[in-house]
Amino acid sequence: MNLTELTIRQTHEGLKKKQFSALEICRAYLDKIAKEDKKINAFLTVTRESALLQAKKIDEMILSGQEISLLAGIPLAIKDNILVKNVRCTAGSKILDNYIAPYDATVIKKLQERGAVILGKTNLDEFAMGASGENSAFGPTRNPHDLSRVPGGSSAGSVAAVAANMSCGALGSDTGGSIRQPASLSGVVGLKPTYGAVSRYGLIALVCSFDQIGPITKTIEDAKILFEAISGKDPLDSTSLEFKFQSSLPNFQIKEVCFGVPKEYFIEGIDPKVEEIIQKAIKKYEDLGAKIEEISLPHTKYAIATYYIITPSEVSANLARYDGIKYGYSTIQSKKSKLKSLLNVYLESRGEGFGEEVRRRIMLGTYALSAGYYDAYYLKAQKFRTLIKEDFKKAFQKVDFILTPTSPTPAFKLGEKTEDPLKMYLCDIFTSPVNLAGLPGISIPAGKKGNLPVGLQIIGKPFEEDKILQVAQTFETI
Amino acid sequence: MLKKEEVEHIAKLARLGLTEKELEKMKRELSKILDYFEQLKEIDVSRVEPATHSVKVENVMREDEERLKKPKDQNKKLLDLVPERKDNYLKVKSIL
Repeated sequence: MNLTELTIRQTHEGLKKKQFSALEICRAYLDKIAKEDKKINAFLTVTRESALLQAKKIDEMILSGQEISLLAGIPLAIKDNILVKNVRCTAGSKILDNYIAPYDATVIKKLQERGAVILGKTNLDEFAMGASGENSAFGPTRNPHDLSRVPGGSSAGSVAAVAANMSCGALGSDTGGSIRQPASLSGVVGLKPTYGAVSRYGLIALVCSFDQIGPITKTIEDAKILFEAISGKDPLDSTSLEFKFQSSLPNFQIKEVCFGVPKEYFIEGIDPKVEEIIQKAIKKYEDLGAKIEEISLPHTKYAIATYYIITPSEVSANLARYDGIKYGYSTIQSKKSKLKSLLNVYLESRGEGFGEEVRRRIMLGTYALSAGYYDAYYLKAQKFRTLIKEDFKKAFQKVDFILTPTSPTPAFKLGEKTEDPLKMYLCDIFTSPVNLAGLPGISIPAGKKGNLPVGLQIIGKPFEEDKILQVAQTFETI
Repeated sequence: MLKKEEVEHIAKLARLGLTEKELEKMKRELSKILDYFEQLKEIDVSRVEPATHSVKVENVMREDEERLKKPKDQNKKLLDLVPERKDNYLKVKSIL
């Protein structure tokens, strides 16, 4: 039995039946990382000692006959913008290269309470800004299916770790597609929860009104297990909400489901093979008796402009905290700045500490929010946000779910889009509208172009993750 | 097309120290992105209400009391992250 190929559920069953120990599982993954990660670069930090210690603890529990939770002894990888106490947390940025997290994110607390084993922290586009994993200050992550290609981003390391069996599951964060798009390009399952379903406490903020943490896994059942563990209201995040999640939907019948297929998502520029795979997936649901209806989300074409005004605006405010004074990279002690003023410390620390894409977005946001331009950019984008939200609202009066491709293309080559920021922004074309509307969405493997995975996106109504997962599972089991 | 002085002004507002070469590149890239945003002029949105959040957000109130027992080592952990300090104070350069 190859231990690193097991799902969360299978690993749990094996632990319970004592087919292997948590320590053996943990070692198998650590060995796999040691062997494979040199070429993939999924991990920025491997927390070997604490992982082994935690695994031993779970083995003791099992030996003493205690009941263990589904996640006990399950090795997981955590995107490096989620704080794990006493572990370095870089957000993929030079400015946080030396930052040691002083506390745990709520999602980490929840995983630890359930006995999960944290293997390490995964690579990402700097501060989660990017769609390829190439914007990391610590070098790009590569796609395990084809090392000359990107894994997608920004949760690049998390998807690559799961796809390459270097982790049983992972957490990512999704602001404009950063869980779903890389899941699609790397052939794994990625769930972006409804805004407010999962606490953001301890997630390094990118865009507070879009950010959500979510699971990245090998199967839909595993995504469900992780989502149930991390979701729910948290007093430390006032935008988090309590909601009902049904673990099983005994009365669910695919015949009673109506899917909407938005015509605006099958446009010029979409890879013909991707379109073919998605149309086949839709046909599968139809063959099972589901109703398929063409719908229109008329303001889709404005989503990227809207998203890339609101995002940099919030970014410029959120990243003001990196000032070279409180923590992180600073020139305050450098010899050449000895006699300079506070302003110089700000300018130098931020200018040197941030990478290109981060600086670009800070500049864009500062411009969009500056005197005289606020109405023309930020306010206007918020109005378009209303229109895009309304599009979905109207659609969901007619249909239960919306089916789309997750990404217009499969994984692209490293370096292919780095010279043109707009080209990279357009990677989010099918995923960012979902964040603008705060809806839940999942990307599941639907087929392959050659050896490159293609993902199907299923978008649902707010807080209907249970139903999305059910519908996804129906597809997975056909 | 943005003017160079505009880009310099924004960089200063954003507290980003950029070299001449970086300013030039930024000018070109920002101008191109701002051109792309022009498409938002295609439809009249003057009557549309702006949305700040996807969900309706309301103020959340709580009693003003200590919520969490602060771990003993928390202050030390935070201070250990400070680039330059004197005792328990953060040091900053002169402002004027």
